Amino acid sequence: MIYDPTCIACPHCDVVYRLSATQMVTRTRCLRCGYQLTLGKSEAIARVVGLALTSTILMGIVLFAPFLHLNAGPFVSSASVADVVLGFATGIMMPLAFAVLIFIIVVPVSRSLLLIYALAPLLTGHANASGAQSALRWAFVLKPWAMAEIFMVGVAVALVKIGGMATVHTGTAFWAFVLLVVVNTFQDTFMCRNTLWTSLATNRS
Amino acid sequence: MDISGHQQKLTTARDAGMVACTSCGLVASPDVESCPRCHARMQSRKDGSIQRVLAWLLAGLILYVPANIYPMLRTTQMFKEQDSTIVGGVITLIHHHAYAIGAIIFIASVLIPVGKFIVIAYLAVLLSRPHTKDPHRLHFIHAAVEFIGRWSMIDVFVVAILVALVQFDVLASIKPGLAAACFALSVVFTMLSAQAFDPRLIWDIADEGTPK
Repeated sequence: MIYDPTCIACPHCDVVYRLSATQMVTRTRCLRCGYQLTLGKSEAIARVVGLALTSTILMGIVLFAPFLHLNAGPFVSSASVADVVLGFATGIMMPLAFAVLIFIIVVPVSRSLLLIYALAPLLTGHANASGAQSALRWAFVLKPWAMAEIFMVGVAVALVKIGGMATVHTGTAFWAFVLLVVVNTFQDTFMCRNTLWTSLATNRS
Repeated sequence: MDISGHQQKLTTARDAGMVACTSCGLVASPDVESCPRCHARMQSRKDGSIQRVLAWLLAGLILYVPANIYPMLRTTQMFKEQDSTIVGGVITLIHHHAYAIGAIIFIASVLIPVGKFIVIAYLAVLLSRPHTKDPHRLHFIHAAVEFIGRWSMIDVFVVAILVALVQFDVLASIKPGLAAACFALSVVFTMLSAQAFDPRLIWDIADEGTPK
């Protein structure tokens, strides 16, 4: 199957463009609907893989370190992210525990691992891993379902709500999670579909 | 087709007799089933997009009802049990002068979901018949709904954290209510509804004045 990688269409309004060599590496928008066709990031691959590795390590810290401590008179309570997830894990609320687990841990980690699997061989000069295309595609599909940043806003709201009832101290995992959200947001600014797909397609398979 | 804007006539992939990949942007001949570059399924326009949008929307709307009737949280404080619904929780926050937090919860759990139901239903109904609305505006509201919809999850996460943290025997403890599960599902279904929508439909009608 022969196709032309410089010829792309806007996924939102179907207008076809032929990108010049300079347009491939600069920021371009669809003339009709304004969709960002290219983000114009050089070294996108190295940045994406590096940040994906960082966020995987941070997630390891988040899972095993204490998240928040609470003091209310004689009572002390401490919660890890695992406790937050398991808080729902009784009876009919079980599915909700799974949902929280998936949105704040499973999906963000899967995205990082999929990106590393698909793009790391390009950096090390190896041939594409089998199924690299599916891995990269799923990394994009999963993006709206990774809700780490929304969870952090939820934490902020919960802390204010508890504020009057008890004193709260933040643990290591809390700050690791904040860092994770920053790293993921930064990573998304490098996720130029055009650059990633062109690079993957031109690497030997 | 030059993106620098020298040429004003824009051609769509469909007009050129081609099919575009929404995953990686590649343009291919219409006889291919999956994209040669990223292996995604290729469709000139998503099959039954509007019907799928309405089905997910209805599911989300149905679940939004119990999400508001049943309690989100059950707080036990000094042997007294108290149930609070989504709106009840917001009212309590306002009584305690926590206006900013009250506003965040109200926006995330009431304004965004209700706004989303209205906007998606409006787009789905509008695009199934001829109309003269500005496509740029329709495209903007669709993009806004797709971007903002996931933020409704805030309240579900707040409940999860409160349940995990506030476990002090008789002094105070918090349990999740049925509404938390209904609300989470409602958000998931409306997100799927917004994703099922094919934004290219907005521009097709702009081109021809009538849907194909």
